[in-house]
Amino acid sequence: MMQDTDFNSATPVQRDGGARALLLRFFRWEASGILIALAILFAALAIATDNFLSAYNMSVVARQAAFVGLVALGQTLVLLVGGIDLSVGACAGLSAIVGSIALTQWGLHPFLIIPFTMGFGFALGALNGALVAGLRLNPFIVTLATWEIFAGMTLVITQGYPIRPLGEPFTWFGQGDVFGVPLPVAIFAVVSLVLVWTLAQTRFGRNIFAVGGNRDAAVLAGIRVKRVEFLAYGLAGMLSALAGILYASRMDAGQPSVGEGWLMGAITAAILGGTSLRGGQGSVVGTVLGALLLAVLANGTVLMNVSGFWQRVIVGGVVLVAVLVDLLRRRD
Amino acid sequence: MTAADVLQMTDIRKSFASIPVLKRVSFSLRKGEVHALMGGNGAGKSTLMKILTGVYTKDGGTILIDGQPVELNNTTAAERAGIAMIFQEFSLVPTLTVAQNIWLKREPRIAGTFINNAEMVRRSREILQELGVDIDPETLVGTLPVGYMQIVEIAKALSKKARILVMDEPTSSLSEAETEALFDLVNKLRTSGISIVYISHRMAEILTICDRVTVMRDGEGVMTEDCVGLTVDRIVEAMLGAGNTASFEWQDRAPRADATPILSVRNLRLPSRVNDVSFDIRPGEIVGLAGLMGSGRTEIAETIFGRRAPVSGEITFDGRPVRNQADAIDRGIALVPEDRRKMGLVLDHSVRDNVLLPNLARFTRAFMVQDTEALKTVTRTIRDLSIKTDGPDKLARLLSGGNQQKIVLGKWLARDPRLLILDEPTIGVDIGAKSEIVETVRSMADKGMAVLVISSELEELMAISDRILVLHGGRIVQDMNRRDLNSEEELHHAIQGHHIGPSDHVAA
Repeated sequence: MMQDTDFNSATPVQRDGGARALLLRFFRWEASGILIALAILFAALAIATDNFLSAYNMSVVARQAAFVGLVALGQTLVLLVGGIDLSVGACAGLSAIVGSIALTQWGLHPFLIIPFTMGFGFALGALNGALVAGLRLNPFIVTLATWEIFAGMTLVITQGYPIRPLGEPFTWFGQGDVFGVPLPVAIFAVVSLVLVWTLAQTRFGRNIFAVGGNRDAAVLAGIRVKRVEFLAYGLAGMLSALAGILYASRMDAGQPSVGEGWLMGAITAAILGGTSLRGGQGSVVGTVLGALLLAVLANGTVLMNVSGFWQRVIVGGVVLVAVLVDLLRRRD
Repeated sequence: MTAADVLQMTDIRKSFASIPVLKRVSFSLRKGEVHALMGGNGAGKSTLMKILTGVYTKDGGTILIDGQPVELNNTTAAERAGIAMIFQEFSLVPTLTVAQNIWLKREPRIAGTFINNAEMVRRSREILQELGVDIDPETLVGTLPVGYMQIVEIAKALSKKARILVMDEPTSSLSEAETEALFDLVNKLRTSGISIVYISHRMAEILTICDRVTVMRDGEGVMTEDCVGLTVDRIVEAMLGAGNTASFEWQDRAPRADATPILSVRNLRLPSRVNDVSFDIRPGEIVGLAGLMGSGRTEIAETIFGRRAPVSGEITFDGRPVRNQADAIDRGIALVPEDRRKMGLVLDHSVRDNVLLPNLARFTRAFMVQDTEALKTVTRTIRDLSIKTDGPDKLARLLSGGNQQKIVLGKWLARDPRLLILDEPTIGVDIGAKSEIVETVRSMADKGMAVLVISSELEELMAISDRILVLHGGRIVQDMNRRDLNSEEELHHAIQGHHIGPSDHVAA
């Protein structure tokens, strides 16, 4: 440290204006890589296939992104506070089943099913939150256990049989659209916007970043760290439940298999979007783009007639490339 | 108490588990004063400051702020009273920006809900400008150099309207240029009427920047004086206590000065702090390395051990350079690290497993560890070093600091090293274990082992070393035979950068 470190002359801040600075800012942004990747993939598929850009196909892609995307948003919150939630998929499944039962057997009004299910999902997430934040247990182990419990409860309740039909008007939430946009996609968009705003503009959002960035500092600043962690897990459960019940609505059935495979998709989307597994770094926009990228990849492999079996290999490869790009970006 | 006293702490008492840590300590602070608080480890400085910042509650005594009695029962109360602790770096969130850190939990808001980012940045910029530093409030804290983090901390304190700042070893991780800049800032704060409690071990620094000094020893305030006319000797004497300077007897072991050095360090330069360091150690010799905290002592030790790569210079052990840590260990170098809990021990493993860790290869036949044979070595280590444990299977975590340190020492001594490096070997070690460790090291040296001891406790260096190297400004400024040193004060002077007494040579 023998270089000039006078506080006035040698600041680490670079303030060159103009397009170059803007470009630099763009590349510093965690989600810049995935935006570029998504754009390239979009262009390539548009050229290589006839029907990729068709309205119908776009709505298929968007809908696919919406379900995993909602779960990924919740996962992002948990990752941001420095935790992880392995139970999100199982939570979606159990919530969807309970919601379906509330509709078909308890006679709850169809319009109340979604809020009810979200509340139930929040309670499941809150269980994780209480164990992780309250008792300071390891989130990996806690949610591994609750994953099994939630998935098992689903089977206990359903005995493996789907609950169907859910019937009109409830199926509208999963199948209907507003102004040509599938309803699940519209809901995903609204939730994303609310979260973008919450993280950027509210104290709760700022606290989430602080807790994940440096827990001790957050405590010193007077933030109620445990409450922030607890809420992050609760919200993750709630958003998973929302995805689960929308999926059931779309399928017109509460299937015990709802949510299977969503966990990996959710974590992958968040990581692709630049969310750090160490907490404190990441963004909602990145996660949304990550979910879109996964959906476009899946859709692209189908359109290109690539065997479905290759899809997972490709996704894994993309994640590795994303991690390497991120490593290079950090090194400048 | 005078009218200008911002803070007056009187007869503060505090005990932990009925052991008194503070015995009626009084401390006062004037408006716009920089007041140094000094004392050795366990003198009670940090307890006193934790009471001031509301981390601990006092058992007795009074605290007046602006002449009004206050109860500082928690950190919020202290904050409200205008007291702020300046942490060096750990209290900032690296993934947030400077402005976001300054206003964390107190963000300016519109309509009570939405964070007003523009306002936050504007007010941060104002404070930083007032401090005369050019830091962009929108920079991520994680990308700032360490020196700037402290500035952000100060800005954070000022944004809370703090009038009393507590700075704990503020320069320990700063470069010289950063230190100077910090002093400018401290002067600026002083002029604007802010009072500062300045905790530091660096004498020269304190005499430069402070108005008054209070020295604590064994939970009592033993001296409070103006810095004008004060000498380093006076402070050292107050810190050590008269006649309390010789609890270890030095023994003149007279090692052979003509033997071929086993370790030679030539013109060593490291990325930080160490510019040009050269020295030799001969077999059977115990060499002390003295210097201020943060002067690069640990870095030198780790470089010898192959943990760090030097920028330039040469280190030879037995005439050949050390390639890496595994090579160093193979060839008989052992390092007892400064942070034994983090680097020296696997705390949740047993005494046995810890002792065996660097010795496993020796007890392995056909991929199997020979348990009986290994246990013999463990038992012998426990006996030789008189480690107090219920047995070899007790977890290292459950032992006292002194016994933990003996495990770290024992695991290396079981390898019969030819060079032993001890980095702060007696931190958190009780006085009994301390002298046992010194005895063990001495007897190993008598058998021909070379030893390099790094210590901030001069008493310890004076007791154990045959020769003492003084590191200052990135160089070895003195290389003295212990027998030429008459008192701890002399060594103290040398560490602060003054040249003293007769010396063999001074590396340029």
